Amino acid sequence: MSNTTSTQKKNGFLAGTANYVDERLGVAGVLKEFGRKVFPDHWSFMLGEVALYSFLVLLLSGTFLTFFFQPSMTEVVYDGVYAPLKGAHMSIAYASSLDITFEVRGGLLMRQVHHWSALLFVAAAGLHMLRVFFTGAFRKPREMNWVVGFVLFILGMGAGFTGYSLPDDLLSGNGLRIIDGMIKGIPFIGTWISSFLFGGEFPGTAIVGRLYSLHIMLIPALILVFLAIHLVMLVLHKHTHYSGAGKKDTNVVGYPLMPVYVAKAGGFFFIVFGVIMLISTFFTINPIWNYGGYDPSPVSAGTQPDWYIGWLDGALRLAPSHMEFMIGDFTVSMNILIPLAVSLLFLALVALYPFIENWITGDKREHHVLDRPRNAPVRTAIGAAGVMFYAILWAGASTDLIATQFKMSLNQVLTAMQISLIVLPIVSFIVTKRICLALQRKDREIALHGRETGRIVRLPHGEYIEVHEPLDKYDLYKLVDFKDYQPTLARPNAAGKITVRARIRASLSKFYFKDRVSPATQREIEEARHHAEEIEQQVQKAIELAK
Amino acid sequence: MSEKSNDIEVSQETGLAVVKPDAVRDPGIEPHRVRMTDKSPKHAKNAARQVALLFALSMLGSAFALWAYFAFPINEDLTTVRQNTLFLGIGITLGLLGIGIGAIHWAKTLMPDHEVAEDRHLIASPEDKRAAAIEIINLANQESGFTRRKLIRRTLYGALALFPLPGLIIFGDLGPNPGNTLRHTKWKAGTRLARDPYGTPIKASDVTIGSVYHAVPEGLVPGTEHYLEEKAKAAVLLVRVEPDKLIETEERKNWSYQGIVAYSKICTHVGCPVALYEQHTHHLLCPCHQSTFDLVDSCKVVFGPASRPLPQLPIYVDEEGYLRAQSDFHEPVGPSFWDRSVKS
Repeated sequence: MSNTTSTQKKNGFLAGTANYVDERLGVAGVLKEFGRKVFPDHWSFMLGEVALYSFLVLLLSGTFLTFFFQPSMTEVVYDGVYAPLKGAHMSIAYASSLDITFEVRGGLLMRQVHHWSALLFVAAAGLHMLRVFFTGAFRKPREMNWVVGFVLFILGMGAGFTGYSLPDDLLSGNGLRIIDGMIKGIPFIGTWISSFLFGGEFPGTAIVGRLYSLHIMLIPALILVFLAIHLVMLVLHKHTHYSGAGKKDTNVVGYPLMPVYVAKAGGFFFIVFGVIMLISTFFTINPIWNYGGYDPSPVSAGTQPDWYIGWLDGALRLAPSHMEFMIGDFTVSMNILIPLAVSLLFLALVALYPFIENWITGDKREHHVLDRPRNAPVRTAIGAAGVMFYAILWAGASTDLIATQFKMSLNQVLTAMQISLIVLPIVSFIVTKRICLALQRKDREIALHGRETGRIVRLPHGEYIEVHEPLDKYDLYKLVDFKDYQPTLARPNAAGKITVRARIRASLSKFYFKDRVSPATQREIEEARHHAEEIEQQVQKAIELAK
Repeated sequence: MSEKSNDIEVSQETGLAVVKPDAVRDPGIEPHRVRMTDKSPKHAKNAARQVALLFALSMLGSAFALWAYFAFPINEDLTTVRQNTLFLGIGITLGLLGIGIGAIHWAKTLMPDHEVAEDRHLIASPEDKRAAAIEIINLANQESGFTRRKLIRRTLYGALALFPLPGLIIFGDLGPNPGNTLRHTKWKAGTRLARDPYGTPIKASDVTIGSVYHAVPEGLVPGTEHYLEEKAKAAVLLVRVEPDKLIETEERKNWSYQGIVAYSKICTHVGCPVALYEQHTHHLLCPCHQSTFDLVDSCKVVFGPASRPLPQLPIYVDEEGYLRAQSDFHEPVGPSFWDRSVKS
């Protein structure tokens, strides 16, 4: 007892508070469990953190904006300080956005913080997904968390689009106009959905208020819920780590949460926030005062959607002409339905990829050590093809700017894009796969024979050789620690029949694992070492002779 | 029971993976690399000073931001907005980055950087826990009679299936039925064509060859009821070309007036305004998705994702020389929809 009192006195307030909290919540156990939890360290693990922190910045800056923004489409005559728009008819939503910009101290700054962090949020989430994909972090037991992350990415796009539309300026109104046009193109129910969404005819007076509900309540709430699930699963699974010495599927190697990770991750939040603030201080984003309020008649050339919507807009642009046709009296707008279907199919493939790969490999083990992308050549190549596909669609949203900037014909740019959309993913698949295999061979070569030293020696019998230096055991282990897969054959089932399913699976596994480079084994390395030692002896002899 | 638990045994099959018996042995975690701050108290002291300096910089930044908020107020002069944003932003940025960089510098130089390993355990629960969980579920099932009492179970499913429906139906008043609104615009026989957005009527003599007018039905000016909805359908482009260049069908011979034609400005793709006119090719271009229409040839699609020509507004000229609509458009304007060609 006297002991406790003395420590309390020594540590004073801190220990007192800790004692107070623990006596009421019993959190010491939690801290004991999680306080020294180990997190691996790698720059690529920060991408998800960037997304998380930009979301926090979004919540902070967004809350500020809600205190000033009025989501109403009631028409007013502008009478604010921005002279060029004085006397213009506009919605209250647009007028209040102008007021935030020109009449609230820090208002423009917060608008820009909100917009920049939204762009960063989706970007970081996307890069984080790519990291997870290319390192195979989505494998068992993390398939479900991949899907949760995918949902978060879609929600992020939804949050972005609904927010983009709120100021009711000319650009965002045109964005809504495009959405309305797409919805109307859906067979049977298109006009109904449009009328329900806009509360009647486009643009109506309801849409901004409705998007506002989605943007500040429903979507962020969903994002918070899915984020919570995402992070709980992360703790449950413990973080993956890159392959390397001492890193196994049965352990996690890194630094303890307290104090190192609290300092690093906590500090990183401030850095992300600070960088967003820096960009928002110096770089204008979405200057809505230049565009004017929404009016269905004017539009300016060369306008672009926010980057994450670009690929969908590009899909619309790349659809060939004259694809609409009639069935009896009914119009089928394939020029809208095909881009829609292609985009949805692409997203579905992304969401389901872990399950597809798992079905092909049949690998049911838990994986906690990440793959280096080169060690899964076909997966990496598929990823590269997907990235290329996305990139072409994205570039497709800028055909007009590409044409004007590079003084090319718009028509030719578009045709080139249409061809590229089919051809370039295939090319990047092949090239990436070859690069991966080449890198694997290089790794194997280095593992067996050591690294080149650049030292050329002439042997007594006249042969020139380059001296190789063996790797230390830690570097060596990085090069050989990966799983090897073999294509499977289609085997007959119990009834003696080879099912179609088995055939498909066999051919897919052949597609995945036909070309492969096995990791160097202990024996191969020892043999190579032995051989190297013989050469080394010859070299030594040669040097002595020369002396 | 034992059969059942076999079914759920944790599967750790390797699938197609080849597990090599003589894989290279794991040498264990790389030994710790000593940092300068670990071995030299002078370096450690310096690092500590740097961290404290960064935190102090953060304090300065935040204080500067507080000062800037008052020192750079916003008034009628718009350059004050720029100053307010700039200095407030710089202060806050310093306040944030100072903490962030300081904390990370602290972690990297002064906190221990010994890598440690923690064991993982299979995610799946151990057999006994699984058995206990199954036991609980079975017991719950037994006590409630969930599988045994079919009537209760099935009526419950029915009730659960129906109860969300009222929740959906109450969204029915989100909007009216689309009805016929998409098929009609503000144009009527005799409506004068007026300048957008001023609302002044246009004389045929105002429209010289090569000039373009953005026109709306007379009376459709800002502030009128459903202004934007009506404009989103009624906006037209008025262009005069040399009359002999026009390729007109027999039916549309009298829809134009001495080379003046009026076409809907709303793109038949997804509804953007087709606002760009290229004089020497007579092409209309939609800036959103680059659908291109040939003005002299009934505005047929010559490029881009649109499929249908822009609808033409039949016009004539009255005794005073003003342009007027002969009627509404003969087809729905704007983006395609499923039943646009169904006569109603």
